[in-house]
Amino acid sequence: MLVSQKIQYQIFDLGRIGFRSAYEFQKNIFLKVKNNLLNSAIILGEHNPVITIGRCGKEKEIKVDYQKLKQRNIEVLSIDRGGKTTYHGPGQLVIYFIFDLRFFKKDLHYFFNFLENLGILFLNKFGIMANSKSGMRGVWVDNKKIISIGISVKNWITYHGMSINIKDEVLNNFSLIYPCGLDIEVTSLESILKKEIPLSKAKEIFLSCFKEEVEKWLR
Amino acid sequence: MVKVVLPELGEGIEKATISFWYFQEGQRVNKDDDLVELVTDKATFNLPAPCSGILSQIIYKEGDTVNIGEVLALMEED
Repeated sequence: MLVSQKIQYQIFDLGRIGFRSAYEFQKNIFLKVKNNLLNSAIILGEHNPVITIGRCGKEKEIKVDYQKLKQRNIEVLSIDRGGKTTYHGPGQLVIYFIFDLRFFKKDLHYFFNFLENLGILFLNKFGIMANSKSGMRGVWVDNKKIISIGISVKNWITYHGMSINIKDEVLNNFSLIYPCGLDIEVTSLESILKKEIPLSKAKEIFLSCFKEEVEKWLR
Repeated sequence: MVKVVLPELGEGIEKATISFWYFQEGQRVNKDDDLVELVTDKATFNLPAPCSGILSQIIYKEGDTVNIGEVLALMEED
């Protein structure tokens, strides 16, 4: 258990896990936070191939028919996350934030800015200059999206979070959708660096950035 | 009557859109039950019931966009 000024957060690493199982895990942790058995948590993982449609998303954001997705073993789920359609799969680091914003700041805009800045710091550690965009949540490198963000909030406790494209293999299936409902390009850490990055290394660096950034945003 | 008000959600967030109501008019609700889900920016936000009682009037329906501070519904407190 790591103790910050106000927030105490536990870290879970689920490894490779199906989206539904990870969602159940999130809900269990959420209930612990809601019932004051746990202050806050972050959950790391990597999903089997899945397209998730957020609350503002539409099925037409998927470019191919379901038969083709089935052939590729890609599941499609409508979920309670904010935002539109995205893809999760092997080679992508997913981080769920079960954060009690009463111990952080009861401000969704502030929390989104925290997530984006955390993502930018993470990429900076690899020597990559990244940015956020006004009105288009997420983190971008040269106009290509590399980090997607979408959350849900109940009782001022967040769930869902962000996904970072680490390995090249994750990019292929993004061509099956309009990510976030947009006709945009996506990129990955490996694609930019042109070298292999183990997911374990990405997790390690992400956690060190998280510890660094969360302290700043609590002030 | 207790007013169900859309609270401040964050700096610069002026409005949110109702996704759905968890209850219908006339139904009994407990304090802190999820009452309505709204969407804003890239978040869904669930507003809990401010008291226990009957959800007597829903003022804004699903799909409506509501400004911060507006009354979404009225509840008759126990």
